[in-house]
Amino acid sequence: MALLAEQLLNGLQLGVMLFLLAAGLTLVFGIMGVINLAHGSLYMVGAFGAAVVAQATGSWWLALLGGLLAAGVTGMVMELVVLRRLYARDHLDQVLATFGLILFFNQLMVLLFGRQPRFVALPAWFTGSVEIIPGVPYPSYRLLIIAVGLAVAGGLYLLIQRTRIGMLVRAGATHREMVRALGVDIRLLYTLVFGLGALLAGLAGIMAGPVFNVQVGMGEQILIQTFVVVVIGGIGSVRGALFGALLVGVVDTLLRGFVPGLLRGVLDASQADALGAALSSMGVYVLMALVLLIKPRGIFPAHA
Amino acid sequence: MREKIALAILFAAAVALPFLMRALDLPGGTGVATSILCLAFAASSLNLIIGHGGMISFGHAAYYGIGAYTVGILWEHFRQQEPIFGLIPGTDQLLITLPAAMLMAGLAAAVIGALSLRTSGVQFIMITLAFAQMLFFLFVGLKAYGGDDGMTIRRRNAVPGLDLRDIDQLYWLVLGVLCAWLFLQWRIVGSRFGRVLEGIRQNERRMRAIGISPYPYKLAAFVIAGMGAGAAGALMANYMRFVSPDIMSWQKSGEIMVVVILGGIGTLLGPVLGAIALQGLEFFLGGLTEHWAIILGPILVVVVLFGRGGIMALVNRLLGVRRG
Repeated sequence: MALLAEQLLNGLQLGVMLFLLAAGLTLVFGIMGVINLAHGSLYMVGAFGAAVVAQATGSWWLALLGGLLAAGVTGMVMELVVLRRLYARDHLDQVLATFGLILFFNQLMVLLFGRQPRFVALPAWFTGSVEIIPGVPYPSYRLLIIAVGLAVAGGLYLLIQRTRIGMLVRAGATHREMVRALGVDIRLLYTLVFGLGALLAGLAGIMAGPVFNVQVGMGEQILIQTFVVVVIGGIGSVRGALFGALLVGVVDTLLRGFVPGLLRGVLDASQADALGAALSSMGVYVLMALVLLIKPRGIFPAHA
Repeated sequence: MREKIALAILFAAAVALPFLMRALDLPGGTGVATSILCLAFAASSLNLIIGHGGMISFGHAAYYGIGAYTVGILWEHFRQQEPIFGLIPGTDQLLITLPAAMLMAGLAAAVIGALSLRTSGVQFIMITLAFAQMLFFLFVGLKAYGGDDGMTIRRRNAVPGLDLRDIDQLYWLVLGVLCAWLFLQWRIVGSRFGRVLEGIRQNERRMRAIGISPYPYKLAAFVIAGMGAGAAGALMANYMRFVSPDIMSWQKSGEIMVVVILGGIGTLLGPVLGAIALQGLEFFLGGLTEHWAIILGPILVVVVLFGRGGIMALVNRLLGVRRG
């Protein structure tokens, strides 16, 4: 029971991280129609930015600022130089150009910071743990991640449902051409949406720093899972991204937590661990394939 | 006419390459050329579905990897003299392993294709990626076949009358198989089946309106492409004498796709030229700096943004060939 509660919280934590990435990705896709494989690079740039600033200054607030700045500026340059030219292209061109961007950013990080993984210290006030239910301590930093993630989700909801910009974003996701035809400054809207996505990806990277290692290639690992989330949730839908992210986070964590144990009943320990790890890694992809076979456009399709 | 002469020169150069490498005193050159041909083979098979069928599969490395693993697994059971599941004996005969690799890759492509082709657009790209990732993690978990570390194939497969330990002979074998595949693909593209596929790429709804159901055609092409990639993987495993899950990673799928675009999508020889260009570029940039990817990445971006039609378009312009 205690283990289950802990694993559920871990799943929730992974889920909100995935949501931060998926929200940007799904909006960029829904509104600009671009598949951006380099979205994971923004996550990596944010993580590196924060790690470097944290090491240099020791201040967590400055690190947060540094990470957001790094991800935001990188995102803006990326949009201006490359992605802007891809809006009208087909998916194949987008996949390839952003694949090229991944190569570039990964190697750039190697060049600047080396291949060694970086460890980031926890902020001083969140090193302890909290008893969520009596007898079950849970790291308070992970609770912070969950809280920040849910707060961002709430903020995005307000932004998208209650503001004029949000209205344009929603309109853009369902009828891109119509919004353009109505005389909205679409370039500004695109830049805003892309910048927002970059900031969210950067934020996820910053928060990931103390939990996972900051290293080159961290972006791709989570990127593919993020795509799974976006496709499950329905491309262009922020609500779908939240639902998909939590679903994928919880399913993935629970499988990783319990499948090897179940297999140990049938196989010997080392084989059970290896096969269990493999099967639980496959889990989210099986989930995605099932969802797509039943609902080919995802659970909450934005494009009617 | 010019096209035919160029083709003949290219083919003669390819056949003579091992002698050339020896004359230039580049002993590793033939091996590199063999791996380039394997990559070109995999890319050609992907070209059939992307270039002629409009199906953007982001998981083509899965079939490449299945082909390679078929050779590896059959070798492993041959070495231990222990049949697979107590039924199928292992073997080191390429005349068996190569068709077996194509069969296994074709079966996988049939299952994955049958499910994936129910979707289209981005969902198709992502679901093919998802299936490839599933297979990737499956092989990572198969400890019996090396898991994460992969498995070594101590000796290349045997072919009656050839000695594949001689890299020159392996090179000619791969070249021969690739040429046979390209000939087959040329015939497929020119056949009624190929015309229908091209029609589906251009406008699926129109094909449906004239009474053709796209699904069986797309699935058949998907399976043929999977079988081609399986054969390419089997040859690659023989060249490297090693196979690991890396061969079916999503980066590999991306690389195969890059080769297709770089060379010229929907052209017969484009993927071959693309493979030469990509590997050559990696080799050249790798000589300049260890951080070659930082230059290669932007080159890819520039090729996508400004280089419509890839290398093949450039070649055609140089040869003065107009494409209809």
